[in-house]
Amino acid sequence: MRAVDAIMECLKAEGVEVVFGYPGGANLPTYDAFVDAGIRHVLVRHEAGGGHAAEGYAKSTGKVAVCLGTSGPGATNLVTPIMDAMMDSVPVVFITGQVRTDLLGTDGFQEADILGITMPAVKHSWMITDPADIPQAIHEAFHVAGSGRPGPVVVDIPTDLSKADIPYEVGDKVPLDLPGYQPKFEGNAKQIRQAARALAAAKRPVLYVGGGAISAGAEAEVRELARVTGFPVTCTLMALGAYPAPDPQWLGMPGMHGTRTANYSLDEADLIFSIGARFDDRITGKLSEFAPNAKFIHLDIDPAEIGKNVPAHIPIVGDAKQVLSKLIPEYESLETEKSRLDEWWERIHAWQTQYPLTYTDSEDSEIKPQFAIRALYEATDGNAIITSDVGQHQMWTAQRYDFKESRTWINSGGLGTMGFGLPAALGAQVGNPDALVVCVTGDGSIQMNIQEMATATQEGLPVKVVIINNGYLGMVRQWQELFWEKRYSHVDLRDVENECPNWGKLADAYGWTGVRLEKKETLVEDLRAALATPGPVMVDLRVAREENTYPMISPGAAARDMVG
Amino acid sequence: MGDPGTKEVLSLAELQASARLRTGRKHVLSLVVQNRPGVLVRISGLFARRGFNINSLSVGPTDDDNKSRITITIDGANHPIDQVTKQLHKLVNVLKIRDLEPEDTVARELALFKVGVENGAGRAEVLQICNIFRGKVVDITKRSLVIEVTGTPEKIEALEEMLLPFGLIEMMRTGEIAISRGRDET
Repeated sequence: MRAVDAIMECLKAEGVEVVFGYPGGANLPTYDAFVDAGIRHVLVRHEAGGGHAAEGYAKSTGKVAVCLGTSGPGATNLVTPIMDAMMDSVPVVFITGQVRTDLLGTDGFQEADILGITMPAVKHSWMITDPADIPQAIHEAFHVAGSGRPGPVVVDIPTDLSKADIPYEVGDKVPLDLPGYQPKFEGNAKQIRQAARALAAAKRPVLYVGGGAISAGAEAEVRELARVTGFPVTCTLMALGAYPAPDPQWLGMPGMHGTRTANYSLDEADLIFSIGARFDDRITGKLSEFAPNAKFIHLDIDPAEIGKNVPAHIPIVGDAKQVLSKLIPEYESLETEKSRLDEWWERIHAWQTQYPLTYTDSEDSEIKPQFAIRALYEATDGNAIITSDVGQHQMWTAQRYDFKESRTWINSGGLGTMGFGLPAALGAQVGNPDALVVCVTGDGSIQMNIQEMATATQEGLPVKVVIINNGYLGMVRQWQELFWEKRYSHVDLRDVENECPNWGKLADAYGWTGVRLEKKETLVEDLRAALATPGPVMVDLRVAREENTYPMISPGAAARDMVG
Repeated sequence: MGDPGTKEVLSLAELQASARLRTGRKHVLSLVVQNRPGVLVRISGLFARRGFNINSLSVGPTDDDNKSRITITIDGANHPIDQVTKQLHKLVNVLKIRDLEPEDTVARELALFKVGVENGAGRAEVLQICNIFRGKVVDITKRSLVIEVTGTPEKIEALEEMLLPFGLIEMMRTGEIAISRGRDET
């Protein structure tokens, strides 16, 4: 059969239900195959939107997502989502068209060396040189993307090869040839026992949970470990929801805009058990002063993360679910006294009392952004899939929307990609058709992939977009205020006389319902009404313009020196 | 710390960190990689973006057409070697990595020296030095000599030192390749 028809069969064999993409010259053969393939295809309006939609689908469902683009600019438009997926370990298979093999290397029309361009941004990539290799490459791509530490992969297929006839039949078992790729899942039994014994010895422990716990599906094990040990728990930005936020053992999120309690707990801990987290600089602050008294148990499926930023006293390479399910009985078999933690909990409770997440509310009808996030929580009963963009609104949401379940908080953490939120919401809605999907965004971020409003309308995806609208590139403005003597440079998005865009008209133009909300007193019920409106809705939520995101670890400062 | 098999509680104070060691010496990494297009780019790109400095790198075929051998030397004073090898291991095309122990390894490189000997001046002396270093003359003209020599980097640097005063026109080195001593495969 044609190689492109074989691609469709391979996708079906991998259980693919939907593909996000955009056609062009070099992937015309693939798009021809879609006509008869019976695979849902979501036509986005920009390849970057397609890539982020695929990420939203993958993050919200745990499945490997697929995104297609054509050669040249189609492929280069995918670079941002590819890097984004790399930083946040999101399993996405990107399949790009490439110019004909006789044009390769000649600067042909719409030629770009996408393999070369994306090499630092992929888990692995394949350049097809023989069409008979295509089925194997597709299956290997799915295996590499979805197993071990998940990540993005690229398969680049020259257009002439994709049209070729290849000896492939439906149902063919295609052997993988990946001798250099063997992730380890079990975890060393001796190390696991050592870890249990260290946990039993700890008097000031913290369970520090990262996105790897969610990738491994280890939420139940994390909760069980917390229950068995009675240890305090913090989840990184990527892991919110892995442990339910409103809980007596919950410290809040750590890091630059985390709670004081979480940061002070890490600072004074004698033992930090890292479960699938990577000690990003936004968590540690000044690395040399991070958790000065702590020993580290570092559990990760990627050995290169262990010892990368902080020392690992007990390294465990393995899958969080498998390792924790062995570690919990080991811990239970040891003689431990929960009372050894009493002093530690006293200290933590004192911080919680002294430093709750707080802000000064307005005295009039003006809506503070922090109030808006809590109102959204109430209006959704905390039961929505929330995607976000990048900036102040992202941090306010992470701090204040108490996520109870994993895969309900979908954001761009590592790369910090503005324009992620709306397409990610579309992908999440495709993957969760019955869920309420809300994109919390800013008036800056939303405009970076605004074209995807059309995709929502065409596909009938009833996402709700809540713009925390302060007329500023808020986080940059905050940094200019705090660290650049309030010399505001190119952060003001609002011309009061001639506001642009007119959000209401924009919503109309794309066939959305547009709502403008600016009264605190009725905000919860107004939000509830907006969220109950059928179809896609854009909420222009006017908030206090110069509110800052606090608390904050200043860049380069130690966690204990938080401000605000 | 007690035997790991026991159920005795650990002493946290005695736990030692194992990673991020800077050994302070030169390391010779020997890699077996799949012979695929782009493998070298993946490796050199990894070094560049992680900020690892390569001292030397040499690539060549092996007795198996599907595999190539890459030998990389890197300074263990500047980089935590375990980070380098772990990152390399993540590359799907990298099959095997060995951080060769100096005492169990034979490492050699080849160098070519072009020395100017205008009107024969100094030629005899250059040939004498060449012999001491067990070098071979592989090209000769009235005005120049090309000397081929193999050995450790230290030997090659010593020869360079000796030839400099005679008018060294240029020198080329391959970078080290290395093989383990004894019966076992590298």
